Amino acid sequence: MNATFPKKPSRSADTVVVAHPDRDAHVQSFLPEVVHGISVSMKHFFHNTKEMLKDTRPDPVLERLDVGITTISYPEQKRPYPDRFRGLHRLMQREDASPRCVACLCCSTACPAQCIFIEAGEYPEGDKRRGYERFPVKFVIDELRCIFCGYCVEACPCDAIRMDTGAHAVPYDSRDQFIFKKDLLMSFVGRDGTHLTANPRHEPGEPTHPGIDRSHAHG
Amino acid sequence: MTGEQVLFALIKILIMVGFLFNTGAVLTWLDRRQSAMIQDRIGPNRAVIKVFGIEFRLFGLLHTAADGLKFFFKEDFIPPKADKVLFALAPMLAMMPVLALVAVIPFGDTVAIQYLWHRTPSGIIFPAVPRFGAPVPGVGPVDLLIAPLNVGILYAFALAGQGIVGAAIAGWSSDNKFSLMGALRAASQMVSYEVTIGLSLVGAMMVYGTVRLDDMVRWQGENTWGIFVQPAAFFLFFIAAVAESKRIPFDLPEAESELVSGYFTEYSGMKFGMFYFAEYMEIVTSSMLLVTIFLGGWQLPFLHRDGISIDFGYAHVWSTLLPHIWVTIFQVVAFFGKVLLLCSFQAFVRWSLPRFRYDQLMKLGWRVLLPCSLANIMLTGILVLATGHLGAEASGGLKVAADVTQAAVFLTIVGCVLTVAVGFFRPQPHVRWLAGTAARFAQARGGTKPSPMQA
Repeated sequence: MNATFPKKPSRSADTVVVAHPDRDAHVQSFLPEVVHGISVSMKHFFHNTKEMLKDTRPDPVLERLDVGITTISYPEQKRPYPDRFRGLHRLMQREDASPRCVACLCCSTACPAQCIFIEAGEYPEGDKRRGYERFPVKFVIDELRCIFCGYCVEACPCDAIRMDTGAHAVPYDSRDQFIFKKDLLMSFVGRDGTHLTANPRHEPGEPTHPGIDRSHAHG
Repeated sequence: MTGEQVLFALIKILIMVGFLFNTGAVLTWLDRRQSAMIQDRIGPNRAVIKVFGIEFRLFGLLHTAADGLKFFFKEDFIPPKADKVLFALAPMLAMMPVLALVAVIPFGDTVAIQYLWHRTPSGIIFPAVPRFGAPVPGVGPVDLLIAPLNVGILYAFALAGQGIVGAAIAGWSSDNKFSLMGALRAASQMVSYEVTIGLSLVGAMMVYGTVRLDDMVRWQGENTWGIFVQPAAFFLFFIAAVAESKRIPFDLPEAESELVSGYFTEYSGMKFGMFYFAEYMEIVTSSMLLVTIFLGGWQLPFLHRDGISIDFGYAHVWSTLLPHIWVTIFQVVAFFGKVLLLCSFQAFVRWSLPRFRYDQLMKLGWRVLLPCSLANIMLTGILVLATGHLGAEASGGLKVAADVTQAAVFLTIVGCVLTVAVGFFRPQPHVRWLAGTAARFAQARGGTKPSPMQA
């Protein structure tokens, strides 16, 4: 065996040799630092105990960078979610409390996780919307599969699905409970507490309705 | 032994062992809650008990009760190849000496039972007793320590040394490498620091001229607290006592990051609970020893058997007589209060310092603490000899110096209480940062909703 070991590289010109740290009695005895450490502990202890007893702890959201205990006691206290937080989905409603959704399947098509299932249905004969729109007989979102990308909201042409509930899925007992059906999705409200949007839908028969039905479109 | 003596002995055992058990339990809570306060956390506050619909949280004290209950219901696992007899014996061996050690620790001065109160036709009066003098006839006097042994502190040493046996047997019988390593470390560490414990107290024994703990406390009451005559010994004893109770920064026997949990890795259920509990009770007993030998035991500055009398040397400043019953109560409360304060201070040490490396631990024990304690003995011997040959004037000067230290202790206590009181009522303004929509939402709601678990 004629192993050759690489030579130790010579020290380059810009190498800085760091001197050994001072090892005087002050450092080696550790005592000054021990006293310092314990005094820091005591400072925090007395400050926090005082605030605990007087119940003047800093607000965990507004004064979160302040000195003291800024723990959020989670289920009882919550940090408000930011404005554009994408939470659980909800289905918007029209004035007559029927879903705004027209079952166009844009959202389920756009969904990269394929977690939306829609079964479209025709309005019954005689309904004013028949021939103009369809409606979702079933609208199911698997919240376990959802990746909360928000593409469904962007894809929706009639502002029927939103993710502005400000809530997130709570830990349920079983997987079935994460399969959200139409009725549940329609029962959620937005942050303003309503089911409606600011832009009402133009219903067939109203003067503002374009009046184009499917038979026209496909000639 | 008469019936009365048996009764008094039982009461004393109840007080001392009851204090030990309760303080051990409270210390498990204090350790968690105090560390939470040190580290800006909330700490345990979830355990709740409902009485008639009212929730009691007791600042998280119920967690201790819940833990104790849990220990009883956990599986009592014994490793298949463990030595079953020794495995079961080890926790008892760890616990027993701690309990037996408190027998020689005095928690109050001798009580003259007949002088506690007198029933007279005009009502009950509470007389004072003379400061010095012969024991009163009749019932009592009762020494407020369980066993007035004349070997005193030697008994305490003997029992403190037994702590090794429990740890070593636990590690050996568990059939686990980590346990064995932990036991080895525990044994060598405790043997090493036992030397310092013993030698650091030799100086104190030379000054006090006795090995009886109650006589040591009486000496401190008449002269000055032991911490002033033996500061180096106090310091050495404190370090060695922390090392003896195997706590951070000396918790190498159970170093979690290296040895899982050391010599009680394999223990579960109440057997683990006994080790855990013995460790906390060891803190209490070591604090009791420290208080007794160095911090004046039951003594308070200027409080004597007959009442308060402030003297500087032979110059009398002020004095008043206090009923014997009040003096006794003050003294017992003072002793237990000092012990609790010292336990709390040990928790501060624990939550501030990092763990030693094993070679550093051994070096500290054998190369630093041991020579220091030997030097302390040497110096103390010279000083004791020198003061024995002093004239009356110089001894009077020493007496004045002793009384000045009493005054200093008194002023320190008053200063600490005042500082805490002033600090408690000083308002602390908070600063707000309104960055981000979450903070703005919270601001709009008038702050975050308070949690119901404030305690």
